[in-house]
Amino acid sequence: MGANLFHNYYETVAVILFGIGFTTLLLHRNMIKKIIGLNIMDTAVYLFLAAKGYIEGRMAPIVVNGIQKQEAYINPIPSGLVLTGIVVSVSVTAVMLALTIRLYRRYGSLDVDEISMKAKKEER
Amino acid sequence: MEFIRNLPFIGIFLCMSTGVINSVLDGKWAKKVSFTVITANLFMSILVLYYVWQTKQSYIYVMGHHPAPWGNEIRFGILEGAFATFFCLIMLLSVLGGVKRLEEDISEKRSNLYYVLVNLLMAAILALTYTNDLFTAYVFVEIMTIGACGIIVIRGEGRSLLASVKYMIMSLLGSGLILIGLTLIYDLTGHLLMSNIQEAAQQLVKSGQYQVPFTSAIALISVGLAMKSALFPFHSWLPDAYTYATSASSAILSSLVSKAYIFLLIKIYYRVIGLSIIFQNKILNILFLFGIAGMIFGSLSAIRQDDLKKMIAYSSVAQIGYIYMGIGLGTTAGMLAAVFHIMSHAASKSMMFLSASGLSQVSGRSCNYRKLIGAAHRNRIAGFAFLVGAFSMVGIPMTAGYISKVYFAQAAIQAPYQFKMIITVITLGISTILNAVYFIRALIVIYQPLKGQKQGADGRRDFRMAVALWALVVTNLFLGMHSDAVVDLLRAGLRMFC
Repeated sequence: MGANLFHNYYETVAVILFGIGFTTLLLHRNMIKKIIGLNIMDTAVYLFLAAKGYIEGRMAPIVVNGIQKQEAYINPIPSGLVLTGIVVSVSVTAVMLALTIRLYRRYGSLDVDEISMKAKKEER
Repeated sequence: MEFIRNLPFIGIFLCMSTGVINSVLDGKWAKKVSFTVITANLFMSILVLYYVWQTKQSYIYVMGHHPAPWGNEIRFGILEGAFATFFCLIMLLSVLGGVKRLEEDISEKRSNLYYVLVNLLMAAILALTYTNDLFTAYVFVEIMTIGACGIIVIRGEGRSLLASVKYMIMSLLGSGLILIGLTLIYDLTGHLLMSNIQEAAQQLVKSGQYQVPFTSAIALISVGLAMKSALFPFHSWLPDAYTYATSASSAILSSLVSKAYIFLLIKIYYRVIGLSIIFQNKILNILFLFGIAGMIFGSLSAIRQDDLKKMIAYSSVAQIGYIYMGIGLGTTAGMLAAVFHIMSHAASKSMMFLSASGLSQVSGRSCNYRKLIGAAHRNRIAGFAFLVGAFSMVGIPMTAGYISKVYFAQAAIQAPYQFKMIITVITLGISTILNAVYFIRALIVIYQPLKGQKQGADGRRDFRMAVALWALVVTNLFLGMHSDAVVDLLRAGLRMFC
């Protein structure tokens, strides 16, 4: 078990990073830190994907010098997925940052709990 | 007739492209474009449904020029056709019913943006219904998250901002889990198309290798989608989001967005993992327990509310619990009941949110029970629609909710484990009583006779809302009274889904 963890250290690190990002996004009170957590979480998945697509000793999947053998290149699909994923996570981050700016202008705070308290007080 | 096979793709493409065009139009034109596109999609989905019903088989539509293991695919059978039709219908009626309130809530200058989001959501819902590719499903899940966040925040008030931030945080946690689950499944099977993954998964289970990663991938995806569709312990975002959004948004969120995620989950169980594997999997028991807990605690929270919209929102938590309970039973009968309840709940909840908005319109724009006293006399159609919706939620015969309760109970009795059967039947009973408690309280409040004050409508009649509410009442009663036809359709669809 332990040997496996050490052997697949890319994946192990990716999962640990995913956990860090996930808990930061879930538990941290500060909006900006939440967004950082979100980015750590997404990037960890990309690391995982890239590690899975990589095959030792092979080239990036771009045809150069006329080498067309399949064995010369790594698996290109995970790289494609990472690119798509990056686009998604950039747009989501942009939405979150925009919301954070609006929240800060409205309540003057970045602390989600504090904002909730203020909002509840205003309602009364 | 061959041309009909193109319609699912054309529908999705039309929604997306007109969404982009809407962003430069002014509000009135954007509204016209949006309504035209959704209506066109409704007719196209009906055609697709008719076509697959006639030919009794499902079709695969290859996107681009790459064949099966590499390319992207759209697949449509009876179930997809039926749900696309239904989702389009509910979307049309929700926006139609909420359009007056929308014009009051959003400034004229920004109102075209709402229709951008509506078109985006429609495209995402259709894509999730039709897609045969797991990663495309993930991308559209994210698009739907952004769209849903947009329609919550568009009122621009403090509370709706906060609600949308809460929604985004929970949703993003869910999408993170879905993404890593998909990655694991891709690593284990080497495919992204649903049918190919299923073949590889069967072999994987037969060979007995990698059982732990496979199970954890299923668990991650299930929990991720459960978070997004507000299953009980993850429902913290739901009440705020539904309460502080404009009424059309609440209707869309409760009846379409969360339902599309559940539809995707069912699709993943049927088409990616395979029924024989998933019915053996313990994750269904967890969904079952969460569903049961949601049924009870959602209703208990709903009883404590004195705001009508918040009460309806908490009742949604309970109803989502019903659906997950049906999935968690682990039988095809349970799945059928869950799928039918997706329809019946969507038809009732959108109606209730719209009628709540109609009732508050004549009660000084408040949903508080004290202000709502006698509201049903001031706005009769909204009151009647609320009555039908409440009956449907409680499960009075002739309404859609009654039929889904009957099917849940039947599925429970046929369930292989006695333990699950007893729990389901008892909880169904308790939950029905709890539903009755809070809905009858609301009905008593809104139907209280007014003394001295003038009874009758207060001049400003909302014609579009009346049309939408009548149509939803008819849909609900149709689901309730012609349930055999609908259930046969769904059963054939689920069989085709395997």
